[in-house]
Parts: sequence; structure tokens; C-alpha cells
Amino acid sequence: MTGSTASIPTVDVSFTVNGEKQTLILDTRTSLLDALREHLHLTGTKKGCDHGQCGACTVLVNGRRVNSCLSLAAMHDGDEVTTIEGLGSPEDMHPMQAAFVKHDGMQCGYCTPGQICSAVAVLAELSEGRASHVTDDLAAPALTDMELRERMSGNLCRCAAYPNIIDAIREVAGEGA
Amino acid sequence: MKFDAPMGDTPIDTGRVVGRPHARVDGPLKTTGRATYAAEWHDGLPGLLHGFIIPATIAKGTVTAIDTADAKGAAGVVDVLTFEDFDINGTANGKTVKLVGGPQVQHYHQALGLVIAETFEAARAAADLVNVDYEAEAGAFSLDGVRADAKVCGAFGGPGETRLGDFEAAFEAAEVQFDEEYRTAAHSPAMIEPFASIAQWEGDGLTLWTANQMIATTVGSMASMLQIDESRVHVLSPYIGGGFGAKLWAHADAILAALAARKTGHPVKVVMPRGLIFNNTINRPETIQRLRIGTRADGTIEAFGHEGWSGNVEGGNPESTVLSSRSVYAGPNRLMADHMGHLDLPEGNAMRAPGDAVGSIAVEIAMDELAEKLGLDPIDFRVMNDSQVDPSQPKKTFSNRHLVRCLQDGAERFGWSERQAPGTRREGKWLVGMGVATAYRAALRSTSGAAVRLETNGRVTVETDMTDIGTGSYTILAQTAGEMLGVPVDRVDVRLGDSAFPKSSGSGGQWGASSSTSGLYVACVNLRREIAQRLSLDAERAEFDDGEVRSGNRVCSLLDAVAEGPLSAEGSIDFGQSDTHAFGTFGAHFVEVGVDSYTGEVRVRRMLAVCSAGRILNPVSARSQVIGAMTMGVGAALSEKLVVDERYGCFINHDLALYEVPVHADIPHQDVVFLDDVDPYGNPMKAHGVGELGLCGVGGAIANAVYNATGHRLRKVPMVVEDIIAGLPDPV
Repeated sequence: MTGSTASIPTVDVSFTVNGEKQTLILDTRTSLLDALREHLHLTGTKKGCDHGQCGACTVLVNGRRVNSCLSLAAMHDGDEVTTIEGLGSPEDMHPMQAAFVKHDGMQCGYCTPGQICSAVAVLAELSEGRASHVTDDLAAPALTDMELRERMSGNLCRCAAYPNIIDAIREVAGEGA
Repeated sequence: MKFDAPMGDTPIDTGRVVGRPHARVDGPLKTTGRATYAAEWHDGLPGLLHGFIIPATIAKGTVTAIDTADAKGAAGVVDVLTFEDFDINGTANGKTVKLVGGPQVQHYHQALGLVIAETFEAARAAADLVNVDYEAEAGAFSLDGVRADAKVCGAFGGPGETRLGDFEAAFEAAEVQFDEEYRTAAHSPAMIEPFASIAQWEGDGLTLWTANQMIATTVGSMASMLQIDESRVHVLSPYIGGGFGAKLWAHADAILAALAARKTGHPVKVVMPRGLIFNNTINRPETIQRLRIGTRADGTIEAFGHEGWSGNVEGGNPESTVLSSRSVYAGPNRLMADHMGHLDLPEGNAMRAPGDAVGSIAVEIAMDELAEKLGLDPIDFRVMNDSQVDPSQPKKTFSNRHLVRCLQDGAERFGWSERQAPGTRREGKWLVGMGVATAYRAALRSTSGAAVRLETNGRVTVETDMTDIGTGSYTILAQTAGEMLGVPVDRVDVRLGDSAFPKSSGSGGQWGASSSTSGLYVACVNLRREIAQRLSLDAERAEFDDGEVRSGNRVCSLLDAVAEGPLSAEGSIDFGQSDTHAFGTFGAHFVEVGVDSYTGEVRVRRMLAVCSAGRILNPVSARSQVIGAMTMGVGAALSEKLVVDERYGCFINHDLALYEVPVHADIPHQDVVFLDDVDPYGNPMKAHGVGELGLCGVGGAIANAVYNATGHRLRKVPMVVEDIIAGLPDPV
């Protein structure tokens, strides 16, 4: 291969992804998103904007949702990362994945993994009593449609399956209760 | 099969599978992250390199020097290619500007070259090290500035101006005259998957994984731009993360990946960064529209005039604002004309429901205004001016027009009778209003082919280069084959988006659903004949059901037909022009809004669409198409606007934070009702698409609801807070 002889600065990163320990040697500038997609070939996590504006790259890090495009892989040494592939498989879907299929909570499917990771985290946040911008009773956030819509608003869906996504989340919340 | 006569009874009419709600067959792959999109292929791509586009940072002018030395010396960089290294013949089919500019720059963020590196990060960093010198020229960036010089111009080969009767005389003589002007902003498709391509060469053959709605068109584009034979181009696009028109054509990612892969001998991936998408590719242009409607005192339309103005690059299409006005409302004297002025902004082209999406906003506000002027209910006014013949071609009767039913059925369901006088309904701080609009979109039909195979294990394989951009193609094609061959959907494997398969209609213009399933229908008729022959049954009388073929008192298993090997057939549908019928899809949108009397904030509270589009192949995916379209209409009405920065000649809000598409919190529960009808004149499936119908009129219904809430009429969308608040009554 022709080209520059300068070498790319690298960093060693170890983290757990979907229960499996991973050690990678990465370009220091690699985002968590690109580490997942380009290096581990876990392409279920999507790149929509690479700027934290669309939510398609949402994954769970130590149980909390993050935009994986906005954080460098090197910052996640020792972390536990769960991606859409870790939630379930076509043969053994997570209840949220199954509910999205049942309620047609998708069209093109590109924002869908991010929506599902967000939705799983939203229900956890609500069960922990965390308030949001639209919470009426800060001591006891209720699982209302508006509460779900507000908390899901960082995940854009241009095909706009929004009401179907809310129906899917409500179904899972109902089952979990 | 040439479709030129109304369809008689077919196995599709039994409705065991087609027309029933069915969950998306690709749902489990999409929800678990296993559906592979264009940028996500890794197997068999050793030494994959990453490309990063070098964009122009002026709107018009000439590149005088392009210095790539620093970039070439940066860590990880393999090569830097600029327009000086390329020999690209023309541009992509359907596009006007070149995919790669230079030395002449045609628009802001036009690609000038590509940095190729071992990692994405290295390519991105090095792209910033490319120094480009320009000789910039003054450009035209304001529609108002070029309106006076705009010329009558048709879009996509259609007429620029059409007339019937004597519009001017009839308008002058009309007892009631209405004359107003409207404005709609420029829009971006803003699909969530960026444009992306991976290119790999083997000898003189190119394989291109790309995000594209029209596979055969893109094969042609790549072959012609690269000056190679179409047989040397293999395009794959099985999953596409939204298109909305933007992916009808090949873009810079595709040609640059192909050229870089040829130059380096490695597979190359190019993903267009979000920040480039808005200015590098295409948009729905801004429009100005004038509506002149003359009626009798009773509201009968005598003269209907609709003129539109938009701007585009030289040789581009105008936004066809008046397209649907030719066919929606009655009136013996008509004038419809689109005008285009020359602008040096990024290319305007076909975004979802081109022309109609914004044309219908102006028309439907005008109809609301005129109804009020006439003292008529806006639904009654629309009903009395319905037309069962195409008003612009009165010799043609609509094959299936149930607009009146959509309006009246919707009014009943929505509680239209509770609508109050403008500016009078209050709920606390909220001003509450209802609005209605007609939805109309032509039912286009396009040549489409498919192959279908009965495997020895009894499963059915469908192959066509048709695409599924979220529309549900996988599912309706599986349903079609299942119905025709008497097998359940879960025994049908549908393979799409591969140029090795028979050419289809592709996805666009809401023709995909009806055309692609009709092509598959023909293939299935042919396969049924093969199967019957193998079983020595009469194909015409044979019934395919539950894995069996029955004829008279004979019953055979499908498996008997393939005991010696699979059976396959191909088929294609072709449509002539009809001299007697016009084809359309119709609907009515109902919207209730609340307007905050202090801040002017608009909240959409309820939405209903009642649609008539012939047979609905899968009510699940069809409903999703319509609610998604309704939401895009909310964006057009309330937030979406590409803002031109005339200093730089670009859309300055070129990201997803500043170009505001609706989010979860903006969208309430949405209801969709499909009238139970079929259109035997349309195609063998007796079905039409709804993906664009659902968008047409929505913005008008919202504008009319805002007027009903506030009593203050706005004729410019998006209706932003600063415009709304200016006309609000006192909060208390």
C-alpha cells in the first residue's frame, strides 16, 4: 500500500460487550460507536449523525443509555456495554424487541436499535423514580404517554413510527408491572 | 403482461393473506440489529479502506489550486484523490449537477475529492488538511430575487402550463373572487441512514453495496459515469435506512467509493457525514404559490388558477406545485403553471410527494379561506366541488375516487360538528382549533418484474431488485406469493435490492407497492402454470391453498410438483396509457391543535386520516406509511425549514439539531382509516400505494386548525412562534 509512512497513534482498550470481554488496539480518536461497528462488527448500533443529534447510536453502558458517537472508546476501559445484539436475537428476542415487531415500531429500521436501547433504559429510569422535564409529581414519576414521549425524544425516527413505538413500550411496561 | 383491461377475479381476491394485517417479516432482523445496511458489510472485504469526502466551501466559482500534500503525509492516509484524478462521464441518472465538482463549483459542499485512509479517523482528520483555493463568483440564492425572471417550466417531463376554458375571463366574471399568495420553505429528506457505499472491484467488474431506492437506475448511472458495460456493475441494497426520494439516485459516496477502490485496488467505504448531506445532495425547494379561485355565490368553482414559483440549478426541475391542482377540484376554466428561476443553491429534486406535498398546503389553506368567505363549511365546500372526471382531462373518469366518503366518514369519526368559530374555543391557556384538508396523490404505475421459485422443501423464494425503504415491500411481496401459491407467509423467502434479480419498479412516487406486487403476481401466474403442468392439472381451474393444489376431485401436494427439482418462473407487468381512466389516491386529513395563548406554541393534539387507495395490501405497513407521512406533514407545517445563508449560498442549518424534524414529544396518537375498496382498473392487485398520499394536505389541515384556534390566518409554512404570536388574542 502506498501513502503516508507516519503511524496512527493507538490505545489499548478493554471492555465487556454483551457479556464478552474485548481487548482492542484502536486509533485514539475512535468513538465507542466506531469501535462497535468497525472493529467488533456489531453493526446493529447505527451511525445517523455522529454528533449526538439523532440517537441512532444509543447503547447501554453500565446500565445507562449513552450516545455512543459522543464518547471515545478509550473512555470506556473496564465498562460493561450492552448493544442491540446483546438484548436479543431474531430467534430469542428481548420483550422490547418483540413488542416493536408486534406494534410495527419501525419502518426502515435504521433508528430502531437506538429506539429499543433507549426504551429499555427509559423503563429502568422510570422504575428508579427519575423525573423528567414533563413529570408532574417529582417524587413519583408516572408512566404516562407524555412521559414516554418526552424521554424518547432524543431518538429521531424520520419514518415516524412514534405512536407505534409508544404502544410497544407501554406493552412491555404493562407486562413488567 | 401488458395491463390494458380491468382485472377480473384472481386468487388475490380470496384475501386469505393479502389484505390481512401482517407483522413486518423483516421485523426480527431490524429489531435485533441483524439487518445489514450499506456501510455494514465486512465479510469478504479484506483491506477495507475508508474514504472521507473533500467538500467545496463556496457555492459558485472555480477551484484555482488544491493542495493535498499535508493530507497525503498524515498518518494512516493511503491516497488523496481530487477531481484532477478522475474521469467521470456525466452525472447520475436523475441528477442535474455533477456528483464531483471542480474546477467549476456548482454548489456549496459539492464533492471535490476523497481522502482514503486505513481508518475512518485518519481519513476524517486528513480531509481537514486539504487546502483549496477558489475564485468565488457571486451567485443567486434568493427566490424573491429571481422570481421576476422565472420562466414557465414543467417538472420531470410534464407540462409547465396547462389551460382549460378561459381562466382569466371566468375569474373576472366570477361572483366571488379569491386571490392570495402562499409560501413554503425548503425541506431536507433527512433520512436517518446517511448516504453510504462500499465498492469493490474484481477485474473490470464493480460490486457496489449502497443505500439506494432504484437499483436498475443506479446500475445504469454507475456504468455510464465509469464508462463500463452495465453487465460489469453489481449493485446491492437489501436494507435501506430511509430514502424519501433522496436515495432515488447515486450520490457522491457511490462514485467516489468506486473510483477510490479502482485506484487503490482495495475495497473502499464512503459514508457521507451528516453535516454534508443537506448541501451536498438534494432538497425540496422553497416555493411561492398564488391561488386564484372564482366561484358562483353558492360556492360552485368556475375558475381555478394555481401558479407556483421555485428556484433550481440550471437544467433542474421546478418544484411541481400545481401538479395535483390539475386533478383535485372541479371547475371548467383552469390555469396551472409552474415557473422556475435560476438559483445557485444545492440541487432541488424529488423529495417524497414532489410538488404535491407543498402544493397541497397552499391549495388546502386557500379552500379553507374561500369556504369561510362563502359562508360554507369547509367540508361541504370541498364536497360540492368534487369531480368524478379528471377536471383537466374531462374525458377521463377516475377509476376509483371516493374523496367525498373520506371527508364525510372522517368528519363523523373526528367529531367535526363540534368545531367552533375561529378564535373562540379555549381550554385554560390553550386556544383549540380543528382543521381539515383533502389528500390527493396520483396513482402512478411502473414496469416491474420478479422471479419466483418453488423449492424442493416446499418453501417459496421471491427475487426482484425491488427495494424496501421501510415501506414494507418484503412483507407485501411475501403475502402476494403466499396468496398465489397457497403457502403461509413464513414459508416465503423474499430477496430484494440486488441487480442480479429481475428489474422492478423500485421505490418512488408511491408506485412501488402496487407495481412490484403486480409483477410478482404475473410471475406467480406463470409458476402456477408450471406447477399444474407438472401435476397434470388444469392451471386455469386449479386452486392453490394450504400447501395443496386442487382441481376437480384431484388433490396434490405442492411437494409432488418439485419431487424432481425446483420449479421457477419469471414475470413482468407493463402499463399502457389509459384513454378512458385517470388513477388517483384520495383521503381526508383531520387535525386538532392547541395553541398556547401566551407563547404561541402549537401542540398537535389529535390526527386522523381517512384514505382510499384501492386494496390495502397490508394494513399494518400501510398504516405506518400514513402515520409517518402525517408526521412529515407536521414538520412541514410547524418546524422544517432549510435556512439559506446568502453570504455563503448554503443551507446554514445543515444538521439534525437545527433542521428540526418532529420528535416523539411532537406527535400525538394518530388514527388512520382505510376505506374498504378495490380498483380493478389500476393493476392486477387492484391496489395503490399510500406512502405519499399520507403527506398530501396534512400541512394545510394543520394551518387551518391553527387558524380555527387563533382566528389569525397564516399563509407561510412552517408556522413559527414569532408569526403565530403576532396574531394571538389576549391570553386571558
